[in-house]
Amino acid sequence: MTTITVNGKPHTVQASPDTPLLYVLRNEVLLNGPKYGCGLAQCGACMVLVGGQAMPSCVLPISAVSGPVVTVEGLGTPDKPHPLQKAFIEEQAAQCGYCTSGMLISAAALLQGKKQVSDAEIRAGLERNLCRCGSHMRVIAAVKKAAGGLA
Amino acid sequence: MKRRDFLLKGTSGLVIAFSVPLQAFGQAVPQPRIDPRFVNAGAWLEIAPNGAVTFYTGKVELGTGVDTALAQMVAEELDVELGRIAMVMGDTERCPDQIGTFGSITVALAGPQVRQAAAEARLALLELAAAKLGAQGLKTENGAVIAPDGRRIAYGELVDGKRLQRPLSNNAKLKDPADFKVIGKSAPRMSLPSKVYGTHNYIHNLRLPGMLHGRVIRPPVHGASPVIVDDSALKKLPGNPRVVRKGNFLAVVADREERAIHAAQALKVDWGAAPVWPPQQDLAQLLKAGPTADRALDTAGEVEKALAQATKTHSAQYFVPYQLHGSIGPSCALADVKADRATLWSPTQTSFNTRDSVAAILNMPPSQVRLIWLEGSGCYGQNGADDVTADAALLSQLIGQPVRVQWMRHDENRSEPKGVPMAMEVKGGLDAAGNIVAWDYQVWSVNHGGRPGFAQGGNLLAGDEQGMSKRFAQVGADINAKPSYALPNKRAVLREVHSTPLRTSSLRGLGSPANTFANESFIDELAYLASVDPLEYRIRHLKDERAIAVLREVAKLSSWQAKTAPAKSGVGKGVAFVHYHNSAAYVAVALQVRVDAEGRTRVQKVWVAHDCGLIVNPDGVKQQIEGNVIQTLSRALIEEVRYNRRGIDSLDWASYPIMRFSEVPDDIVISLINRPNMRAVGVGECTASPMMAAVANAIYDATGTRLRDVPFTPERLKARRAA
Repeated sequence: MTTITVNGKPHTVQASPDTPLLYVLRNEVLLNGPKYGCGLAQCGACMVLVGGQAMPSCVLPISAVSGPVVTVEGLGTPDKPHPLQKAFIEEQAAQCGYCTSGMLISAAALLQGKKQVSDAEIRAGLERNLCRCGSHMRVIAAVKKAAGGLA
Repeated sequence: MKRRDFLLKGTSGLVIAFSVPLQAFGQAVPQPRIDPRFVNAGAWLEIAPNGAVTFYTGKVELGTGVDTALAQMVAEELDVELGRIAMVMGDTERCPDQIGTFGSITVALAGPQVRQAAAEARLALLELAAAKLGAQGLKTENGAVIAPDGRRIAYGELVDGKRLQRPLSNNAKLKDPADFKVIGKSAPRMSLPSKVYGTHNYIHNLRLPGMLHGRVIRPPVHGASPVIVDDSALKKLPGNPRVVRKGNFLAVVADREERAIHAAQALKVDWGAAPVWPPQQDLAQLLKAGPTADRALDTAGEVEKALAQATKTHSAQYFVPYQLHGSIGPSCALADVKADRATLWSPTQTSFNTRDSVAAILNMPPSQVRLIWLEGSGCYGQNGADDVTADAALLSQLIGQPVRVQWMRHDENRSEPKGVPMAMEVKGGLDAAGNIVAWDYQVWSVNHGGRPGFAQGGNLLAGDEQGMSKRFAQVGADINAKPSYALPNKRAVLREVHSTPLRTSSLRGLGSPANTFANESFIDELAYLASVDPLEYRIRHLKDERAIAVLREVAKLSSWQAKTAPAKSGVGKGVAFVHYHNSAAYVAVALQVRVDAEGRTRVQKVWVAHDCGLIVNPDGVKQQIEGNVIQTLSRALIEEVRYNRRGIDSLDWASYPIMRFSEVPDDIVISLINRPNMRAVGVGECTASPMMAAVANAIYDATGTRLRDVPFTPERLKARRAA
């Protein structure tokens, strides 16, 4: 049995230690924010923060989880939204929304410790995240807004 | 359970029923079956005693924003706050059959009916209030009826204690666009917050008590049978994963998701004989070489004579390959099939047709099968949504337990029906003044209709694997084959190919992106031949004022500078235009590209002028435009399904890349032309159509090289340059 801390709470989970974190989060901790997109760390839909770093949970076995895990549900709620979530809503930066959780996590990691961020930095910071609906322009605008950046 | 009993059981309220029009773009569409339990079945509108409005529709939300657009229409005609409206979508037990959600027809066709229903409800409420208040000159505002003397009754109060059912009288007058308060506003999307907070109810999130996880195992080439199935490795895995099989349908089930995945990987299968696919590079020739069913789409004058007499002639061949829908979330469905009752949970676009086809596979009457729609990942046409629904259903029936089937990435890439490959040939003739006098168009394509329909189980993979029969609607290849230009002598012929190696179905725009690629590249080529600026040349040959308007608007937006020869400076601008379906939205696109010495094209800026008649939600329209732009730029520059003689190679994002953040344009500038007194037409697909030609035209300006095969890869550009 493995214990992981998710969104500030410890969870002791039944899954075998080699199980990717994604399935444990969704099926045992019952957090559906991170999504299955490819299982190959190619699309970013499964991104979560582990010890503050954005990581693809689909290829991370729970035995290798070395820090507290934060999912999009832990970033913020309607009562206390994360600045990124507020900005995504203001910019209407989602269509089907399947990639949105992963985008928010990558963006949260990108903005850590930054007061402003350039378009180029945002594009580089989100390069691991695919979006098929084509919401890219609004995502960039939302991340910029959340950072309060002018670059 | 009878629907009407369910609806009225224990509730009072006002229920509106009405019928749905059965025309789409001048063509008859299959009649939706009208359940006898319904009275004039259509979308149902229900007002509860507490004032909450529930709207039942067969249409579903695919990430396009129609849930919000339809709700806005209800809010407008009913004079009720948007926040009071809840939508129930795509449930075969609670919602009417509205054919399905595709073809960019929801706002266009379901919209007016929704408005009519809401207006009818408002009329009924006014009549109720007049009786109750004994007053006249009543008006409605914010969910209440108001009398001239200021007395106010909330809708909920008016309907309380009564059961009313009212067929559409067609007496209810729709609001004048000048009075719109909600339609035309950029209402924020209803489901966006839950998507941002990670709480949105996707199909992928559903868990049923006692359910098992399933994974389906399919051969590299469709049609091969599993001759030897070796499950010895499964026996060593924890949790007793086991093989389930019927006909050629082969799956594993396990108690935990990761165990099902391991079991699928551990299963060793020897697949029997399968068709050997022809080499990928031969596809265009193959389409043209085979027997075809030919259909004349458009004729005027005498095209062959006009070509023979033309001062200048030109011809060109174009090709668009197989492409993927590429849903970020591979398809997922759940099913709980019992002896006399089956419940399916599905992200399908076609609740009723999918339910009927799955019922055929289950050998159950459709009345015993309920399909509940839940939102999936964006599909952009028919992806794996219907097949995975059949997979879950059959698997559940075979194991006697509820089951969840999640396609893996390779399942989605391999098994999703692909976008149709199309080959086009155009011949044109100019007179001495450079005007087009002849336009001879041919397109080779297989049918774009792969959707479940006609209650045929074989339209779905699991049914096909039982040897069930298929029947498809013949649609899609002809869209926009006919150019919009006023041409005295013309001919357009569809040469319908019987089949292609890979399974296909509708991808965003169907035949329109490829036909528009050919037509809008060709007119560009003719413009240069005539030494006329390509944008001006198009206007010269158009009579349609709305078409001319979007072209002039995009010229203005993009600071278009007339040219009669390509700049060949490495930077270029291109333009393209479509009148979608020759009857719906008008879109003109201009874009600027930079092409480097290695042949890599970067789209720097995109300008779009867009006329879709009445705009219900401007920001919603912009989102659809941006989405179409980026997705189709990716199709134009990068995408092509790769396959070898024995299977598909494009099984993940490395082998089928799509545009990433570093590649999307710097800016997309949109000008929306609103015509509130015209009917609203769809916006879900139209902007995809001109994108490929706009890119090819821009690359030509930048390099002097004309690319006619999608995608416009650096390798192709370098090869053409060298040739």
